[in-house]
Amino acid sequence: MSTERQEAVLLPHQKDKDHLIDLYRKMYLIRRFEERAAEAYTQGKIGGFLHLAIGEEAANVGTIVALRDDDDVFTHYRSHGHALARGMDPGAVMAELFGKATGVARGRGGSMHLASLEHHFWGGYAIVGGHIPLAVGMALAHQYRGLDRVVLCIFGDGAVNTGAFHEALNMAGLWKLPVVFVVSNNLYGMGTAIERSSAVTEVYKRAAAYNMPGQRVDGNDVLAVEAAVRAMVERARAGEGPSLVELVTYRFRGHSMADAELYRSKEEVERYKARDPIVLFRRRLEEQGVADAATLDAVEKDVEATVDAAVRFAEESPEPDPDTLFDYVYVNP
Amino acid sequence: MADITYREALRQALREEMLRDERVFLLGEDIGAYGGSYAVTKGLLEEFGEKRVKDTPISETAIIGAAVGAAMDGLRPVAEIMTINFTLVAIDQIINNAAKIHYMFGGQFRCPIVIRTVGGGRRLAATHSQNLEVLFAHIPGLKVVAPATPYDAKGLLKAAIRDDDPVIFIEHSLLYSTRGPVPEEDYVVPIGVSDIKRRGRDVTIVAYSRMVREALIAAEELAKQGIEAEVVDLRTLRPLDMGPVLDSVARTNRVVVVTEDWRSFGIGAEVAARIQEEAFDDLDAPVLRVSQLEVPTPYAANLEKLAFPGSRQIVEACLEVLNIRVGAPVAAG
Repeated sequence: MSTERQEAVLLPHQKDKDHLIDLYRKMYLIRRFEERAAEAYTQGKIGGFLHLAIGEEAANVGTIVALRDDDDVFTHYRSHGHALARGMDPGAVMAELFGKATGVARGRGGSMHLASLEHHFWGGYAIVGGHIPLAVGMALAHQYRGLDRVVLCIFGDGAVNTGAFHEALNMAGLWKLPVVFVVSNNLYGMGTAIERSSAVTEVYKRAAAYNMPGQRVDGNDVLAVEAAVRAMVERARAGEGPSLVELVTYRFRGHSMADAELYRSKEEVERYKARDPIVLFRRRLEEQGVADAATLDAVEKDVEATVDAAVRFAEESPEPDPDTLFDYVYVNP
Repeated sequence: MADITYREALRQALREEMLRDERVFLLGEDIGAYGGSYAVTKGLLEEFGEKRVKDTPISETAIIGAAVGAAMDGLRPVAEIMTINFTLVAIDQIINNAAKIHYMFGGQFRCPIVIRTVGGGRRLAATHSQNLEVLFAHIPGLKVVAPATPYDAKGLLKAAIRDDDPVIFIEHSLLYSTRGPVPEEDYVVPIGVSDIKRRGRDVTIVAYSRMVREALIAAEELAKQGIEAEVVDLRTLRPLDMGPVLDSVARTNRVVVVTEDWRSFGIGAEVAARIQEEAFDDLDAPVLRVSQLEVPTPYAANLEKLAFPGSRQIVEACLEVLNIRVGAPVAAG
C-alpha cells in the first residue's frame, strides 16, 4: 500500500465556474462568520471556549465538499467551518454559539459541539481524539448494512498521539471500513509545536502502520484538498477501505480566544498570513478568468448580509426554556 | 421452568435478541473463536457468523467507540469488555461519548448500546477483582444494571438490548455457574425496578449482584435465631428504584446495605443517604453499610477473605441494627 506525497490532479468539475465560486463563497462565509463570532465573544455574548479556524478555510471547505449528502461527518471542536461548508444554517450555528434554543444543538452543546442529523453531521467532539472510534463505528454500520455511505473523520495534529487514534485506525484498517481520516495539521497541538510532540512529524506516513494509503496535501489549496479527499472518499465507497489524508495548514488566530500565543512568533504568523487561502484562491479565480472582481465582490457582499442575519437571529432567539433542563438526558427516562 | 446457569441465561438472552432483531450484533475481545473468556458467547460465532459476532483487537477504546458510532446510525451493538477493570482504559468513550451523545447534541442522536462487563473476581489481586459500578452509576445519561439471578440476568439483558439508551450491564464472575429457574417463553425484566427476594419483618437488607446471594444466606442464619430479614435486590443501580426499599424500611425500621464495592463514596453511601432523606422518621437505628474493606484486593487467600464482605458480616450488621449483642439470647416473635 503506497504512502506518499502526491501532487493533486484537478478533477473535471473543478473547472466548473459555479463550483469554483461556491468554494470561494463557502470559504469567505467561514472567515466572516468566525470574525463576527470573535467580536461577539469579546462582547460576552458567547461563553466558554471559542476555537477559530481562521486560516484553515481551504482545509474546511475542500474536505466537506468532497462528500455526498448522505455521507457522514465526525469532527472536532474547531468545526464552525465544517458545519457551514456542510450547508448548516449560519443562523442556527451562531445561535448555538450564543447558547440559544434555536441553536443546532438546542443550546446544549455550544461552539465545540455542533451537530445536525439532517446533514449527517454527527458532531463536534472536544476530547482530543475521542471521536475517531465513533467514526469507525459508523463506517462499520455501513459495512454491516451493505450501504455505500462513507464516513469522514476530521481531527487535528494533536489527536494523532492519542491512544484512540491508534486503536481506531488499526480497527478501520483491519476491517477495511469505509472511512477517510483527515488530519488538519496546523502545526500546533494547542501551544505545542508538532516537532515538539511527534516523533514523526509527517503525519501521513503513519498510515503505513495501519495498511492504508496516506497522502499529504497543501491544506491551503482548496482544489488540492477537494481532489485528494474526493479520491479517497470514492476509494472507500468502492470498498477499498480507509485512508489518511494530511492537510498542512495554519491557524492565524490562537488555539482559542483565551490564547496569548506565547509559543510562536509574530513573524511566523505573518509569514503564513501571506499564504492566506482565501486571498490565494481569489487571486487564482481572477487571474484565470473564472470570475472578475465585481463578481467576487458581490459574493462577499452577499456573505456579509448572511452573516449579519445570522448574528441578528442568534441575538433575537430565546434562551432554552428552563422547563426543558432535563430533556434529552435519556430517550426513555 | 428449567433450572439453568446465569451464564446460560445470558447466552439465551443474546441469542434470542439476535434472532429477533437483525440490528443486534456483538463485538469484543475473544468472544468468537475463543468462545468468550467466561464462555457466555460460546457457540454464537458458529450460529451467526463473523458479521454479527466480531472478535476485536485488544482495543477497549475502539470497541466502545465503534459501538457508539454504530448505534448512532441505528444498529444495536452489544460490546463485551472482558472485565470491568478494563473499562477504565475506555472510560472516556463511556462517560464522554456514550453518556453524552443524546443530551449534548440536543436530542438529535441516540446511543442504544449495551456494554456487557464483569465485576468481582477471586485470587486475581488488585487490578482484576474490582467492583467499579459506582463509576458508572454516578453518570447521568447511563443506565447501570447488575443482576443477581439467572432469571434477572436474562430478562434484564433483553431489556437492555431493547433500550434506546446506553446500558452498562455488569455481570459477576462468581455468579456464572449459579443456577436458577428461567422460563422458556420470551420475557423481559424492566430496567429500574428493584425486587424483594425474601420477605421478612425485622430488618431490611439491601443488596445487588452477588451480595444478594450472601444476603439470602445471612437471612437463613438470622432465621435460625428467630429474626426474619427482608432482602431487597436493587437489580438496577441507575435509575435507582428506592420504592421497595422505602416500603420495606417502613415495615422493619432497620436497614443494612450490602455492597461488594468499597464503602467510601460507594453505592451503599447513596442508598443510605436516600433512606435518611426520604424515610428518616421510619428509622429506629442508623443505616449500616457492609462492603469491601478499604484496601486494594490482596492476592493471598487469607488476606483476600478478610477484605471482601460475606454473610457473616451481614449477620453481624443486622444484629447490630437490631441492637442485639452477638451471642446474647434473642426473644422470639
